[in-house]
Amino acid sequence: MALLNSSHGGKILAKGNEALAQGAIDAGCRYFFGYPITPQNEVTNYMSRAMVEAGGVFLQAESEVAAINMVYGAAAAGKRAMTASSSPGISLKQEGISYIAGAELPCVIVNIVRGGPGLGNIAPAQTDYWQATRGGGHGDYRTLVLAPWSVQELYNLMGDAFDLADRYRSPVLVLADAVLGQMMEPIEVTQSPIDPESLPTPPWATTGAQGRPKNIVNSLYIIPEEQEVVCNRLEARYREAAQRDMHWETHGDDDAEIALVAYGTSARVCRSALEEAAGLGLRAQLLRPITLFPFPTDVVAALAERVRALLVVEMSLGQMVEDVRLAVNGRCPVEFFGRTGGMVPTPGEVTEAIRAIAVGEPSMVRKL
Amino acid sequence: MESTTSRPAALADIRMHYCPGCTHGIIHRLVGEVIDELGILQRTIGVCPVGCAVFAYDYFNCDMIQAAHGRAPAVATGVKRALPDRVVFAYQGDGDLASIGAAEIIHAAARGEKISVIFANNAVYGMTLGQMAPTTLLGQRTSTTPFGRDPELAGYPIRVAEMLATLDGPAYISRVAVTSPRNVNQAKRAIKQAFESQLHDEGFSLIEVISTCPTQWGLSPVDACRWAEENMLPQFPLGEFVTRPGNRGSRSPAETQA
Repeated sequence: MALLNSSHGGKILAKGNEALAQGAIDAGCRYFFGYPITPQNEVTNYMSRAMVEAGGVFLQAESEVAAINMVYGAAAAGKRAMTASSSPGISLKQEGISYIAGAELPCVIVNIVRGGPGLGNIAPAQTDYWQATRGGGHGDYRTLVLAPWSVQELYNLMGDAFDLADRYRSPVLVLADAVLGQMMEPIEVTQSPIDPESLPTPPWATTGAQGRPKNIVNSLYIIPEEQEVVCNRLEARYREAAQRDMHWETHGDDDAEIALVAYGTSARVCRSALEEAAGLGLRAQLLRPITLFPFPTDVVAALAERVRALLVVEMSLGQMVEDVRLAVNGRCPVEFFGRTGGMVPTPGEVTEAIRAIAVGEPSMVRKL
Repeated sequence: MESTTSRPAALADIRMHYCPGCTHGIIHRLVGEVIDELGILQRTIGVCPVGCAVFAYDYFNCDMIQAAHGRAPAVATGVKRALPDRVVFAYQGDGDLASIGAAEIIHAAARGEKISVIFANNAVYGMTLGQMAPTTLLGQRTSTTPFGRDPELAGYPIRVAEMLATLDGPAYISRVAVTSPRNVNQAKRAIKQAFESQLHDEGFSLIEVISTCPTQWGLSPVDACRWAEENMLPQFPLGEFVTRPGNRGSRSPAETQA
């Protein structure tokens, strides 16, 4: 395995898992705690060499549970820390993620989603959307969620993820899948890497009470009034993130009567479908949320005012579609097409779904 | 004679929530005195458990982290790896360390993580109404072994110090008790040795402290100390199980490969 040398400039052919790992190192992360699981193993393997060569800490933990708690410790010490896993492993991390959210610590967690439930398989899926965007563990919290759709974006969003984690003192999830993790694409590194020494030590970090009162990192608030204050503080941060840090993009025809909503790999499929559909004289647009939480609710609502129908495409039986329906709130019909279990929709299937809606037979979408 | 009536600077001057006669207060004090004597208050970070010692973050005057149930050794690992020149200790009970956190303690020990673990073993879940712990003695009545712990149903107590002593990572492991003045003095010496071992980068250290739970045992504080000595010490003998100064330096990767 060749290490991605981002200092050379120009384009590099990179595997998604390795690109995100290098993206984290270039974002100033020097603490990686991992555990083997397919299809994210290249992250752990890459880190075992690259993180050490960058002067950081790579530790293969005894479990996903331990790995996320090591992240908790390094984050409490004021450092940029991360872990990466895939669906079953992310389930195991949920306890730790809840504690990290409750203790108001920043960290980054990557989920290279695979098919499920249970052990499922190692094929690409988007079946962890609910777990990612609803918090995932116990308690009244959310995690900020970023959804890349290319190897380039996997690299770029790692920097954004660490910035958001620091800004909102919150765990940030990068939600990709086996396609994005395993595929190779050319990427370009345009920004110089962050020197971790240039990152300030947060005032709340437990680094030893030298010349200041002691700090406590804690998620226990035995007085309900105090716990409510904390939850309200988290909620205020999520609201601020929705104002400042919600990202999405659109592709295709702004005057289209049909709009697709998809993220990650299924958005890539939809973009190909837009071209196929255009060839058939079908005009459609794609809205791609990049932040899944906060979800671009107002953008979807505005879109629903303009188009005849929305088509949500996912690699699941329909999870993000619930957020879309909440945003649309009856303004227009919302159709859904998905494949699950590790299956990826084809552009042809999506094009057929667009055609069915265009000809006024949306019920055909459900029979695809 | 040295006055020991003052409060260690490492301990906060606030009322603890522990039950009357509970030995957590003694153990806290010993840790506090050791931190004072080593002059490490401003470079120490403690990790407290879920269980009776859950509020320990309020009682120590150093930086403190509250960990999920059983995960303190993993959290302490993250802190120590991030801040290798600081002193990091975890404070855990028997349910936290030997049951739900069994994997975390074994692997922190196996890695030779340069942390010190204070392990309070009182053979019962104190905070949650006195259920069976992994260290509950055979025949011991608890709220979930109302007929006494039956090995056919509930297995056998775990000897944590002996179990971890089979690993190569630990530099210092000792079992002490806080059931008599003599034992308390010995416990303090062991705790100090554990912290010194960490200060010398020698590896993992753990002090198992045989302690009492008068409330859940249904005994007076004095009777509880007697019960611990008569019943727990035969199962959990006191002593040093690992003393390997410079343990970590003794086997370099090159030597192991050869």
